[in-house]
Amino acid sequence: MNTAYKDWESFQEDMVLAGITPVDTESSSVPTHHLLELCYIPPYNATVVQKLLDQGALLMGKTNLDEFAMGSGSTDGVFGPVKNPWSYSKQYRERQRHDEHGDSHWLITGGSSGGSAAAVAAYTCFAALGSDTGGSTRNPAAHCGLVGFKPSYGLVSRHGLIPLVNSMDVPGIFTRCVDDTAVVLGVLAGHDPKDSTTVQDPIKLPMILGEMDVSRLCIGIPKEYLVPELSSEIRSLWSQAADLFESEGAKVIEVSLPHTCYSIVCYHVLCTSEVASNMARFDGLQYGHRSGIDVSTEAMYAATRQEGFSDVVRGRILSGNFFLLKENYENYFVKAQKVRRLIVRDFMNAFDSGVDVLLTPTTLSEAVPYLEFIKEDNRTRSAQDDIFTQAVNMAGLPAVSVPVALSNQGLPIGLQFIGRAFCDQQLLTVAKWFEKQVQFPTIQLQDLMDDGSLVLENGKLTSVSLT
Amino acid sequence: MSVQASPTLFMAMATAATATSAHPDVVSIARVAPPSSLRRTRSKEMWARALRVRFPATLNRGRGFASKAGPQGKVQEAGQGTHSPRLATQGAGRVPAAKIEHLERLALVNFGSREAVARLEKAIAFADQLHAVDTDGVEPLESVLEDRCVYLRSDNVAEGNCTEELLRNSHHVVEEYFVAPPEMNPQPRNFPKNGQHSYLNKKAHLYTPAHILTPEI
Repeated sequence: MNTAYKDWESFQEDMVLAGITPVDTESSSVPTHHLLELCYIPPYNATVVQKLLDQGALLMGKTNLDEFAMGSGSTDGVFGPVKNPWSYSKQYRERQRHDEHGDSHWLITGGSSGGSAAAVAAYTCFAALGSDTGGSTRNPAAHCGLVGFKPSYGLVSRHGLIPLVNSMDVPGIFTRCVDDTAVVLGVLAGHDPKDSTTVQDPIKLPMILGEMDVSRLCIGIPKEYLVPELSSEIRSLWSQAADLFESEGAKVIEVSLPHTCYSIVCYHVLCTSEVASNMARFDGLQYGHRSGIDVSTEAMYAATRQEGFSDVVRGRILSGNFFLLKENYENYFVKAQKVRRLIVRDFMNAFDSGVDVLLTPTTLSEAVPYLEFIKEDNRTRSAQDDIFTQAVNMAGLPAVSVPVALSNQGLPIGLQFIGRAFCDQQLLTVAKWFEKQVQFPTIQLQDLMDDGSLVLENGKLTSVSLT
Repeated sequence: MSVQASPTLFMAMATAATATSAHPDVVSIARVAPPSSLRRTRSKEMWARALRVRFPATLNRGRGFASKAGPQGKVQEAGQGTHSPRLATQGAGRVPAAKIEHLERLALVNFGSREAVARLEKAIAFADQLHAVDTDGVEPLESVLEDRCVYLRSDNVAEGNCTEELLRNSHHVVEEYFVAPPEMNPQPRNFPKNGQHSYLNKKAHLYTPAHILTPEI
């Protein structure tokens, strides 16, 4: 990007930015998101952050998330849960009963990159970065009415992204429209010598999305994604979206991904195993929280990790260690890797049959109230909510959640498009066409609208004064 | 790393936690309602038929699965009796106390409560569903980039000289060393009596010099 383009960016706490201290109130950043790293000052920038800064982006802040990106609600961070800006929207509030206007019924953003989603949805910044390991960008994007993009694995550098599952993590992008995502992706995509899992394929930059000839498109609808738990509203929207493509001349066919029902189990094993390995580095010795217990090295490590990790993280570490035990390694970890290959093959078969893009729901339902969400534990919720999104991470494919319409409650619903590996540009082109058709409404934040000056152009907020 | 667990630090967990089945059925279906407004730039009449469901055949099959409630239900059918025999020591799904201790030592993370052990047992039961899949002749997939020759940079020093920044993040440093507490049961060392530093003997177990580290975690 050579033009003087003021990008206001936020990114979530598990990407490092050099020099930001916990007590630095001058900068707009906040301390890192988990106790273990509360006093960690990163001595370097993540590649994705550096690339944005090099292009003149202005950092707005670092955002909240589930601790170590584990969760599907952004409710388990050390700084507390994230509130969905749509909880305060006119569209939602006018559909609620009068006595529910208090703040106790606010909605979750989804997760784990909920803070980044909330920041973009509330118009505090142009775009935000998140991470996506099992749907952590697409899930909150759907709940917050945003475009949530997961690039192909290997397209965008993970250097500086604190690893959760090395073979599945990617940085994710939140924006309010698909064109903006293309702008950001055009800056971020490309080989990074510091991340050997980035491919060296040449990428045409800047990424400009052209017009789409829908009649040449083949859309696949995976039948296994039609689960009973899917809300009827989303099911209906999914159906309408398929009709829309067909009415424009696209070929819309049903495809089968037969191992879909095993993907969440497979993900559970692989994720906890990789987590057990990745979290081993947090011992308090070189960085991060360190316990006061000094009796022995082992005791210090154990106490540090006890104090520094939440229950969720500890639970995953212990599960992962179980699956990695010598006696369990073949039966669980290697087995899961084999099942992963079957899942990847399912996708390849679908694309080989002529499908360009798959169309699926992103979430089972619209955003739910926080008080309802926390009735189930983190692992259960993740297993439920990741159902449409995590198989994509297993296969390393690009995917994007596009906001489609408001529910009867006035809350956003998104649908997901999944593309072939490294066909991110084509995927975004399809998403852009679809976005133009559905004309998703702008969030109406009453307090924001009442004061300050706003410039509204084509229903999009282009600039806002927060004074 | 081999460690000796401190008996005061790690609790001996009783395996009183009851075995649990695979995790509960997923969330209830949202309210049935007419579809929300999905606007298009073209004719709105097409959306008047919006209640038509696209794949009636598929949906009928879907309703047939309603009682099984999604993937776990389907897999449960197939997964009967596939619990790993190693787990069935004290009833299906229970993890023995010795295993709990072993995991705590390996992970250097405390279970902390019976609920945590129960959660592990649920996680194991959940994972057991994988055994229903036929993976004969299937190779494990380690990376989706397995067909590519990924970049490996040459073994030249390109960065470093950031000792101060690295040391700044640690709570306890001595000169350029990170300091760790002493070993639990140190082995006697054959140091010569003369010339040995008393500081080394009674104080810290010195760790890694910061200057050989690179900035990344």
